[in-house]
Amino acid sequence: MLEIKNLKAEVDGKPVLKGLNLKVNAGEVHAIMGPNGSGKSTLSKILSGHPNYVVTGGEINFEINFQQKSIIDMEADERAKEGIFLAFQYPVEVPGVNNLTFLMNSFNAVLEHQGSLPLSEEEFKIYLDKKMELMGLREDFLKKGFMDRGVNSGFSGGEKKKNEILQMAVLAPRLAILDETDSGLDIDALRIVSEGVNKLRSSKNAVILITHYQRLLDYIKPDFVHVLSQGRIVKTGGPELAHELEKNGYDGILS
Amino acid sequence: MENKTNKNFHQDYEYKYGFETQIASDQVQKGLSSDIIRLISRKKEEPEWMLEYRLKAFEYWQKLEEPTWAHVRYPKINFQDISYYSAPKTEAVGKEEKPKSLQDLDPELIKTFERLGIPVSEQKRISGVAVDVVFDSVSVGTTHKEELDKVGVIFCSISEAIKKYPDLVRKYLGSIVPFSDNYYAALNAAVFTDGSFCYIPKGVKCPIDLSTYFRINAKETGQFERTLLVADEGSFVNYLEGCTAPQRDENQLHAAVVELIALDNAEIKYSTVQNWYTGDKEGKGGIYNFVTKRGKCAGVNSKISWTQVESGSAITWKYPSVILQGDHSEGYFYSVALTHDYMQADTGTKMIHIGKNTKSTIISKGISADHSSNAYRGQVKIMPSASNARNYSQCDSMLVGKDSSAHTFPYLDVKNNTAQIEHEATTSRISEDQIFYLQSRGLNMEQTISMLVNGFCKEVFKQLPLEFSVEAVKLIEMKLENSVG
Repeated sequence: MLEIKNLKAEVDGKPVLKGLNLKVNAGEVHAIMGPNGSGKSTLSKILSGHPNYVVTGGEINFEINFQQKSIIDMEADERAKEGIFLAFQYPVEVPGVNNLTFLMNSFNAVLEHQGSLPLSEEEFKIYLDKKMELMGLREDFLKKGFMDRGVNSGFSGGEKKKNEILQMAVLAPRLAILDETDSGLDIDALRIVSEGVNKLRSSKNAVILITHYQRLLDYIKPDFVHVLSQGRIVKTGGPELAHELEKNGYDGILS
Repeated sequence: MENKTNKNFHQDYEYKYGFETQIASDQVQKGLSSDIIRLISRKKEEPEWMLEYRLKAFEYWQKLEEPTWAHVRYPKINFQDISYYSAPKTEAVGKEEKPKSLQDLDPELIKTFERLGIPVSEQKRISGVAVDVVFDSVSVGTTHKEELDKVGVIFCSISEAIKKYPDLVRKYLGSIVPFSDNYYAALNAAVFTDGSFCYIPKGVKCPIDLSTYFRINAKETGQFERTLLVADEGSFVNYLEGCTAPQRDENQLHAAVVELIALDNAEIKYSTVQNWYTGDKEGKGGIYNFVTKRGKCAGVNSKISWTQVESGSAITWKYPSVILQGDHSEGYFYSVALTHDYMQADTGTKMIHIGKNTKSTIISKGISADHSSNAYRGQVKIMPSASNARNYSQCDSMLVGKDSSAHTFPYLDVKNNTAQIEHEATTSRISEDQIFYLQSRGLNMEQTISMLVNGFCKEVFKQLPLEFSVEAVKLIEMKLENSVG
């Protein structure tokens, strides 16, 4: 589904990714771990199409209409419509833009791209309600009126992450990239968020988990764990690699 | 840093109203003197009292200094280098009045207005809106006359009103904005050439919306229009105003005066979408929009609301205000002001509370992009007689990009301690992060900007009549799309 070959990328003129290779198939969960500054977040921004991150070499191919296609020249919204979703490490506050309207417009943009008719507000609310229920967020979101507020506006760190997971459930991406979704979450929120991700897992979609800690991997079991260092994947293994990292630290693995 | 995505953000916004109509015009020589004023008055076949009024204003203006307190900068205007009268030739001197019907207009003029989206010909006119069309210095026609006649509403050009309804005009002209009010009001009183006049009789709810469309076409001219709107007891009117001008390297001056009077239980809603040419990317050319707009809630329970979308002009200097004289009267000011490139805007309002239990609301939304400067300046004055007056002000600024600036200058003058005043102000920034966030959820650039702008301005947009509101949203989005990214 996703194939990254010898990817080189820079931000503000500084090279960050220096020849990264990664292959992700449908149905797989890949965890990417690595020390600060290794390029984890850059990878997520590059995959989702942030304009400030520039690809300087290599390939990113993603399956579109059953064919592997380069997505390097695609805008962020086009990638989103093809089914790439980034759950932000720091979800952005957009006061003034209503959370419900935003999510409905996003969902309809994706639907229309797929050649379907957009949902009316009434229809969307029913769909949304089911997704909230599925994610175990319904009661909490309704009580706090999250859908009537500005996007992430005044939300706590944990609430923002839950909102990301809800967006993911609504947009049903084929490739979800979770950028340090576990950071800043208390144990209950972590459980809700990871259970949500697990419910969305299927043989048709794939997940890339970017994380510092083994903790998240106790909740979401990865098929592969990769260690990223200085812009390259230097080691790949199964879930046991994460435990090894937890025990010996990055230095132990990288030395 | 250069990258592919950003380049697409910078498709040049095309000012589609920037064309010039090739039409012979009767334009007086440049310069300002009492002789020129006599000439204008003669061309317009005005009564003697009107000429006297103009000359008095001119005499007064000559003693004044150009004001410099506004937060705008521009080279000194040479008032002798402007032509004060330009009319399309079809109405040349000696011809009797204006064409009898709008079909008799010069086809070039009809084409011009159709291109501007203002259908003036009878068969294509917008149903439900009567339009007075002002081209350079003259009104070229007013639609829906018969329909309005039936209910006794007078809607015509001010020139026509001076001749046909001298008593009404003499009673109210200059009663709200006297020529001694300010520099540009004095200049306008001396040289105004046309504009709209409207009188809604007692108890009449005007059955259709009234509107004036202002178009500057001729080179090196100024447009000095004068609008006077009187709503008699218990009447209601919804009035809309739009403006455009060709794209030119020279600056052109537009100095209008608008006066509104609402008598007992009357209500006036006045909306403007101002889209004068702004000047180019380097700040060359564009209209200087120096306007005095004021309404007086003269009667009890009367209401006046100003809603403006200011998206054009190189410089805007404008404070639509309300004098709340009648007890229980209400004044409203809703404004969206967008500046981009090198535009400068200093706009806001004055709410002057005189009557008891008077109420005013101010909602101002300023958006500044690129290198532009956007200032809100507002005054709330509570006079000793205004017991239990209430004011609510909310001034929000949104910055786009790193070189733009926003300023807020609120003035409060409270002379009655029963007053309740609330003021809220915020400044926010459209960040690249917000744009990326919305885009990463499948919304394209256009939808993203639209959501951000709508979110910011919705309290003002919802005050506009539907058609105007749709247009205003589109206008702001289009202009902002070039500035974001």
